[in-house]
Amino acid sequence: MNIEKAILAIITTKKELVAGGAPIFICNNKNDLERIAANLEAITDGIAHALGEELYIIVKH
Amino acid sequence: MNEYTTAIVFGAVFGTFVRIMMLRTDYRQYPTYLHGKIIHISLGFIAASLGALAIPAILEEQYTAVTLLTVAATQFRDVRNMERNTLNEVDQYELVSRGKTYIEGIAISFESRNYLVIATSFITTLVYIIGGPVYSIVSFVICLILAKILMSGSTLKDIVDIEYHPLRFDGAGLYVDNIYIMNIGLKERQEEILKYGMGFILTPKDMNIVTTIANLGQRQAILHDISVALGVFRDSGTPALTPLIKRDLDDGRLGVFILPQVRDVDKAKEIIGAVPVLESAIRMPLKSKKHNKEVNSDEY
Repeated sequence: MNIEKAILAIITTKKELVAGGAPIFICNNKNDLERIAANLEAITDGIAHALGEELYIIVKH
Repeated sequence: MNEYTTAIVFGAVFGTFVRIMMLRTDYRQYPTYLHGKIIHISLGFIAASLGALAIPAILEEQYTAVTLLTVAATQFRDVRNMERNTLNEVDQYELVSRGKTYIEGIAISFESRNYLVIATSFITTLVYIIGGPVYSIVSFVICLILAKILMSGSTLKDIVDIEYHPLRFDGAGLYVDNIYIMNIGLKERQEEILKYGMGFILTPKDMNIVTTIANLGQRQAILHDISVALGVFRDSGTPALTPLIKRDLDDGRLGVFILPQVRDVDKAKEIIGAVPVLESAIRMPLKSKKHNKEVNSDEY
């Protein structure tokens, strides 16, 4: 089986929302969250998707 | 020089000329290069010579010579392979790829054009031998018109209505009208997309078309043609800026999201309308007997 999509990173300001396999980045505020998500998007060639105000994931498509 | 020489020359020249007429570099940008053109004109010349030779061979009762045409068929199948391979290789490095269905369509048309050339030179040589040069020229003009008709398939504007719809965001979700395109998390990306992006809705005109335009290859062809003609606002490593087409599952409409460099609504509409309907995407469920039976029985 070929896995085509993968979550490369999880970025959140609410620690208790997340756990698990992908690298997790915990930020202090919304600004940090946006900045880190933008950087990670550029670095990993993925797309930053918002699952909620406090939870972003970077997905490789 | 014998009695057939001029007839063969006429056939070969006319055939090659038909090939040149069919070899246009248009907005599809293929073939763009001089070398690509030379390959196809030479192959067209070979095809034309083969077609022209067939008639004198029959008249001289050299029937085995006609089997040469089978060699021609093999040869032109290779043309299709050659085109397919080249385009597939090149496609990996396109910012917006052509897609395999489009490539297959191009490759098929390259092959079939050579057969049109053979037919043209066959007919013009035959007419020359029977009726002389004047009738030969007349038959050439008729062949040319037929070839033009045969090689032009239908385009999207014949089968769908195209409407401009501004893009909008609902939370992180990008929408064209009510069709969900994708999730964009970052605010700056959203702003970029609203600034540079355009949305179109393609409404199919009947049931056959719903399935035809749902074909992924057909959709990729639309995106490719737009990005070739209007440019594309993206680079490698920016997957968030990918033009996409999604489908409304309820009624089969397509939501087209593009990022053109030239943001001109009328031009974009024109280009979407001029996208060819790919042969391998065409579906005709309305022609199925079973389908019609069920539809009719519902009515009674």
